Amino acid sequence: MKKPLKIVVLAKQVPDTRNVGKDAMKADGTVNRAALPAIFNPEDLNALEQALILKDMRPGSTVHLLTMGPHRAADIIRDAMYRGADGGILLTDRKFAGADTLATSYALSRALDKVKPDIIVAGRQAIDGDTAQVGPQVAEKMGIPQVTYAEEIVSLSDDNGEIVIKRRLDHGVEVVSCPLPLVVTVNGSAAPCRPQHAKRVMKYKHARIPTEIQDMDADYISQMYETRDYLKIGEWSVADVEADDSQLGLAGSPTKVKAIENVVFQAKEAKRLTAADADIDELMAELISSHTLG
Amino acid sequence: MANFFLDNKDLQFHLNHPLMKKMVELKEKGFEDKDKYDYAPADFEDAMDNYRRVLEITGEICADVLAANAEEVDHTGPTVVNDRVVYAPGTQRNLDALNAAGLSGITLPRRFDGLNFPLICFVMTNEMVARGDAGFENIWGLQDCAETLNEFASEELKAKYLPRVCAGETCAMDLTEPDAGSDLQAVMLKAHWDEEKQTWLLNGVKRFITNGDGEISLVLARSEDGTKDARGLSMFVYDKNSGATKVRRIENKLGIKGSPTCELVFTNAPAELVGDRKMGLIKYVMSLMNAARLGVSAQAVGISEAAYREALKYAHEREQFGKPIIEFPAVFEILSNMKAKLHGSRALLYETTRFVEIYKDYIHWSHDRKLEPEERAEMKEYSRLADAFTPLLKLFATEYANQEAYDAIQVLGGSGYMKDYPVERLYRDARITNIYEGTSQLQVVAAIRHVTTGTYLARIKEYEAEAKYPSDMESVYKNLVAMREAYEACVERVTAGDNEQIDFHARRLVEMAGHIIITHLLMRQATEADMYRNPAEVYGKLALGKINEAKSYIFNSCCGDIDLFKAVLDEHVEGL
Repeated sequence: MKKPLKIVVLAKQVPDTRNVGKDAMKADGTVNRAALPAIFNPEDLNALEQALILKDMRPGSTVHLLTMGPHRAADIIRDAMYRGADGGILLTDRKFAGADTLATSYALSRALDKVKPDIIVAGRQAIDGDTAQVGPQVAEKMGIPQVTYAEEIVSLSDDNGEIVIKRRLDHGVEVVSCPLPLVVTVNGSAAPCRPQHAKRVMKYKHARIPTEIQDMDADYISQMYETRDYLKIGEWSVADVEADDSQLGLAGSPTKVKAIENVVFQAKEAKRLTAADADIDELMAELISSHTLG
Repeated sequence: MANFFLDNKDLQFHLNHPLMKKMVELKEKGFEDKDKYDYAPADFEDAMDNYRRVLEITGEICADVLAANAEEVDHTGPTVVNDRVVYAPGTQRNLDALNAAGLSGITLPRRFDGLNFPLICFVMTNEMVARGDAGFENIWGLQDCAETLNEFASEELKAKYLPRVCAGETCAMDLTEPDAGSDLQAVMLKAHWDEEKQTWLLNGVKRFITNGDGEISLVLARSEDGTKDARGLSMFVYDKNSGATKVRRIENKLGIKGSPTCELVFTNAPAELVGDRKMGLIKYVMSLMNAARLGVSAQAVGISEAAYREALKYAHEREQFGKPIIEFPAVFEILSNMKAKLHGSRALLYETTRFVEIYKDYIHWSHDRKLEPEERAEMKEYSRLADAFTPLLKLFATEYANQEAYDAIQVLGGSGYMKDYPVERLYRDARITNIYEGTSQLQVVAAIRHVTTGTYLARIKEYEAEAKYPSDMESVYKNLVAMREAYEACVERVTAGDNEQIDFHARRLVEMAGHIIITHLLMRQATEADMYRNPAEVYGKLALGKINEAKSYIFNSCCGDIDLFKAVLDEHVEGL
């Protein structure tokens, strides 16, 4: 008998730094979040797909998204539900704000200690900070093994004792086995996430955190929460996860930003080439000698 | 991430048409499903929100998957392996992506796992799919077959087949044969009742069958021994799992290369009768064809959209004589006309869809209860309008798709002729749209009686009476009145003659009606949204020119003219 799994996906809502316009940075060098749309961190979507693949392999398994952020971060929990996740938990509290990777991984690990998942899956890194630290730090804090740069789940033993994972490294791949529970961080080269499913979108679009439900006008939709439990997204505060205030938020973050520089790339030497063979040969030679190619 | 719904304001405008409220209420029957299904809407706003969300998902897949695969699919195409069709790998990926998003069975009732969306949403998916990959639209659009089953088949057949369509199985409509193309009365494929096996068995050959190896096929067959006309034909549903058909070959075509066009051999293929015997062609194929004509029109509008965008983009980027070519009058005139025709086709597409939608909804209501007299009258009126507008739409949208693709190549010049740009594919793909599901010539045959009986004129007068067009667009309105008068004069002159005269001028008359109707539709839209002012005015100019040309032709031709053209009958290649 194959046992169902309890899977948690760690995810982050991030500003879309892939389409940066002129007003993406404020004068003081910080990110102008208002000018950038908030999106599901791309590699966290790869992570969600791996979690859903595991759920498909083990019928009866559950996939929940765990994220820390303001109320609007519940958007990515709903998005995950549209794609196949069963639900999610939003860690939200003023005391969490201003966290670096250390404070973030502490907060997440407190929540995970409560959930006790078999497998924790996260994207390799977020496109706003690019640290790739949160996943590994969560594993360290929880005292469980980690498999980073994962690209594919190769197999899972029937008793859920051992998982085999293919990792994508700089100069090749590595296949490793690991006991459960564990943290897996997933590479962007892994399978893209499945699309939102029409019926799931219609079913889960009213999913809300309790604070939002309280503020709703009484109508047919507000009454749905009484009978449809699946529409309630978990909302946990510092007290809910019994965290130590001094390890949270700004206070718990040793990282200090020393300076931020606005780097402007300038093409100083523009060269115009013709389509003649001689010009192309010259360009190829130049690109190879500068190691841009080859 | 590109999105063919979010980037298209025109499409979004049509989704928000005032008649949507009526259509949604008819479709949702007082939102009776809201407590039965967790994905059913609670009210009108909730339903509209659902449509937008699902169309947004579709728009993303069409842009990111279908459009990205289109070139590869065009080059690879499907193959026949062991008498079965194997899609091009890109085609299969398209299908997988749309199914992973649960988009099949969009209009089918929830009790069969459908989304129960209005027809207009399905038409919009067709259009976006075609913009991504016109050939793939054939496979997608054939879900129409399920709609025909839903309308006419027994509850048992519906329960057997419709959930499979919703799960993503594909369909085919097997009508044409080597000797039965436009003339379907000549269908010979034989159906006979086998007492022993207690089933109908099909034997014969079908040709030019789009997606002929689809899982579920509607087959037109001769069930009445010894008959030779339409009255001996019945409609059957065939399940591919029976394994009693073989794909003999697939055609090598000019365009829509991803869409497998099959020659199929049926050998004692078990099939189930749909609806009543002998009604196959008379009732069910007519319904199927009307739906398919709407589908092909949506396909054509999708091609037009793609062509216009390619041309517009290139004209801004390409510089000659020191400036972007769009700044030259010869180029900006082409692009403005392309834009007007694109918006005009789409306006006609969704006006027609609304007519079809409302009367079909009433038909479904009538299965549950007796319609009130005013409902019955409304159903009849919309049914007549659907009947009149469908051939007009098919004629205009598909001819325009060809013109748009032609013009797009012209704007791109030499580059457009090369395989490096997608416009040459659009040009090849567009070419079938005014041929299949009834050629343009056959659309004129279907439309002409609405010229002679006055359906178009009555509708034009209604548009005129309702007109509250922007006061600074008075000149367009005046032209519309003048065009209507010219149309009436032409109809009067031609119908004074015999039937041969009417046949001879039919296309001119039908096109006159179409130009006037499209101008009215664009003017109505211009009244609501400024973005239509320019295309309405440009189309008005184009329409005026066409109508003057037709009027001049008609008034300068007399009865002897027909002989002038008939002379070609005596001409033979050998004697040239």
